[in-house]
Amino acid sequence: MQVVRSHQSHRSFSSSSGSVSASPTLPLYRSAPELEVRLEDFESFAIDRLRVLKGISDGLSRGKKPDEMEKLVNELWKTNMRHQDSSQVLNKDIISHFVLRLVYCRTEELRKWFLSMESALFRHRFRNQTAEAQRAIMEEFDLPCKAVSNAEFESLKDKLGQVARSIGHNLSLSTTDAIYYKVPFEEVPELVTGRKVFINQGYAYVAMNQVVSLVATIFRSLLSKALILTNRKWATSIREQEQHRLTPIVEALCSSYLGPDFSQPKEYGEISLKDIDQVAKSSFPLCMRHLFEKLREDHHLKHAGRMQLGLFLKGVGLNVDDSLAFWREEFSKKVGLEKFEKDYAYNIRHNYGKEGKKTDYTPYSCQKIILSTPGVGDHHGCPYRHFGEENLRAALSRMGVNSRAMEDVMGKVRNRDYQLACTLTFEALHAASCDAGINHPNQYFSDSQRLLKAKKDSST
Amino acid sequence: MTRQGAYKESDDMLIDEPKLPQQGQIAALPNEFNPSYLKIYYSKLFPHADLYRWMSYGNDGKHPACDSSYLGRREFSYTLDNDIFVRYNTFNSATELENSIKDKCPLKIDIGPIYNLNPAHRNAYAGDNVLTPVERELIFDIDMSDYDDVRYCCSGADVCLNCWPLMTVAVKVIDTSLRDDFGFRHILWVYSGRRGVHCWVCDRKARRLTNEQRAAVADYFRVYKGNENNYKKVSLMGQVLHPFLARSYTEVLKEYFETKLLTSQNLLSSEERYEKILEMIPDQSIASELRGKWQESRRSSSAKEDINIVRWEQLKQLLQKHKAQGVRRCVEEIVFTYTYPRLDMEVSKHMNHLLKAPFCVHPKTGRVCVPINPNNCEEFDPTTVPTLIQLLEELNREGLRSDVEGEWNKTSLANAIKLFRSSFLQPLLKICKEEMESSYNAKLQQSKNLLSW
Repeated sequence: MQVVRSHQSHRSFSSSSGSVSASPTLPLYRSAPELEVRLEDFESFAIDRLRVLKGISDGLSRGKKPDEMEKLVNELWKTNMRHQDSSQVLNKDIISHFVLRLVYCRTEELRKWFLSMESALFRHRFRNQTAEAQRAIMEEFDLPCKAVSNAEFESLKDKLGQVARSIGHNLSLSTTDAIYYKVPFEEVPELVTGRKVFINQGYAYVAMNQVVSLVATIFRSLLSKALILTNRKWATSIREQEQHRLTPIVEALCSSYLGPDFSQPKEYGEISLKDIDQVAKSSFPLCMRHLFEKLREDHHLKHAGRMQLGLFLKGVGLNVDDSLAFWREEFSKKVGLEKFEKDYAYNIRHNYGKEGKKTDYTPYSCQKIILSTPGVGDHHGCPYRHFGEENLRAALSRMGVNSRAMEDVMGKVRNRDYQLACTLTFEALHAASCDAGINHPNQYFSDSQRLLKAKKDSST
Repeated sequence: MTRQGAYKESDDMLIDEPKLPQQGQIAALPNEFNPSYLKIYYSKLFPHADLYRWMSYGNDGKHPACDSSYLGRREFSYTLDNDIFVRYNTFNSATELENSIKDKCPLKIDIGPIYNLNPAHRNAYAGDNVLTPVERELIFDIDMSDYDDVRYCCSGADVCLNCWPLMTVAVKVIDTSLRDDFGFRHILWVYSGRRGVHCWVCDRKARRLTNEQRAAVADYFRVYKGNENNYKKVSLMGQVLHPFLARSYTEVLKEYFETKLLTSQNLLSSEERYEKILEMIPDQSIASELRGKWQESRRSSSAKEDINIVRWEQLKQLLQKHKAQGVRRCVEEIVFTYTYPRLDMEVSKHMNHLLKAPFCVHPKTGRVCVPINPNNCEEFDPTTVPTLIQLLEELNREGLRSDVEGEWNKTSLANAIKLFRSSFLQPLLKICKEEMESSYNAKLQQSKNLLSW
């Protein structure tokens, strides 16, 4: 793959060279394509694909059932992997995959995650291919899979039907159901284990729908090996070579937050100082509520806490003047007006891009907050992660979380699914479901405000 | 080996003089295991050469395709006197193997896997996990003590002719499946010396199976999922049974249950015993009806028919015409619970699992671990398996008569060794040779093709 600057012409090949694509719509990513990629596309394609993978990850950890996952995957793919130029759709697919390989090859944990998500994605997409395309893919994978001849099928029909009925599939003997593949039993241990196949003379007779599992396993093992190789190449040459161009992009990608950045507050965001206490109780996520309460209590917060809460408030719609008033009110009680103006006001203005290099800082996402490391005297961070169990329970109960929801939340915490814990808290407090999951404190706030406004509107 | 076997203190009672084991007795006397007896056994009777040839899998020849390092990469472990356990013994020739055994006189010899390198050199390499198994027979271990909840004649380490049929069933069911379903041909069944059987599947394909694939095969065979906490230990779901289960049922399980175990174990004759079966019936009204019937008729009105058989018929009648499939299926579930093979999963799943070598002598019974012919396993009688003392006495009797085959041919061990050779070793070695030659020729052809242009 060659990455070029945008001013250079964008040449591309309509199919990945080297291997003729077995399926016109589902590439197997066997080898890096000989394509030229624009630098912006390098990053944006990867981000789009990452949205799909993260969506799948979210769906799986929420325990969605297979048919729900099927729908989810289709939607995610349709939404994110489009391209205005339809001839470029396949290229985007391939390029994005290979870029993400670079991103996710670098540690064991990253590889594991990427492998699971790409395998799940592949499994679902394979299922939706035509029978022709599926056969072509199996051939491409050198599956020692032979189609069962009609004669053999006839002689085994009863037994095959028995197996199907024993696992709850009714063999209707329509033309597709009558397609079976013969494969050495050791190639399909997952099917042998549950007695899901008929085995005879060392061969397992695999129904078409079971072939998916076979293929997905091979895909996964090929990708696993490829990731190890990619990691080696990355560590020994690519990272160094690309340190000024691709490497920073790659390194940033895996921790990227992909939702809206809340740097431009939206409609409900306009809160006024007089409402702030009320709104803190009803719509702040626990992390911000805690910081807010501590600020009211101690009339002080350390730097990291000021950043986390301050930027959040900016995202919520507090303008720079109101923000200054807010912080001044609290801090002056402790350090006095003069010291506030001297030491703290500048930073607040800085956060709004009114000072210095005038960067308009964006409010922190959950990912960033979870990764922070609060020390003694700090109150920032993610309570689901950073609080001890007792304190967390107390805080949640003060928020109004009932005991049953509390257990669910603690379960998620124990499993280290901090964002899911926060989502469950949101759902418990608002008596509504939050399908997208909480990824950003400002999202919690705006979702909460939206729900509350809707309730208010419907009751008038 | 999963159940806490009832180890009886009485097994270890001391006796002054060696006595001949009584007819029908399996647990014999500790003097059977006098080290000097073992020494004679290893010196005159144990089939060293056969073990060597088996373990070499054809690599002991002169063919250029032979891998001379093959045997040396196989682990053997010894259990010596005073419970000393020595692992990673390796041998490079028949004489090394024979001399080592004769010299060390192990109470037990275990066979491990073939490693990627000679285990004797394992410490020469830096790093963890350098030694990995690359080949190992597919093995199964079936232990009678795993059936304690369904046999009343014995428990723990004991075995008698009333419960031995459970082993017969296991051999038949597993052997048939290994051959017909999985296509394996080189299968050795061995009596474990006291209360069970071992199975060695030695086909090349079997030896190269990964742990995951072994686990899949073991799970394919698994039906019983019981422990103390559940009363329903077999659950057969699905509209119909998988062909493997159906075949096992119609060809083996049903017959053995109805014509042997039902009566020899008196499964329905007393309240305690029939309650265990009634517990498995999901329909309470049927269970009560049967309970009522049986409580009344303490002994059958016609003393002609065995009470167990009568009651089983009554049970079947009621269950089989029920409209719910779950209730009808109960009949099969009961039969499976009382007869279907129970394998030790852990033994089969891991390539590095050690298993006792055939022809060892069991220390607690003195019986030799002899092969069992699956084709007539129903005739195998564990109470007549030769014991060490018996063999030594036979040797004394036959004394100076020389035998070209070897000393063993003068004793009861002859049949066992001949069976081992004819039904297992010879066909296996023939195939090994053929495979070696054909793969060698194929490689030759390939390199010829590469050079030919």
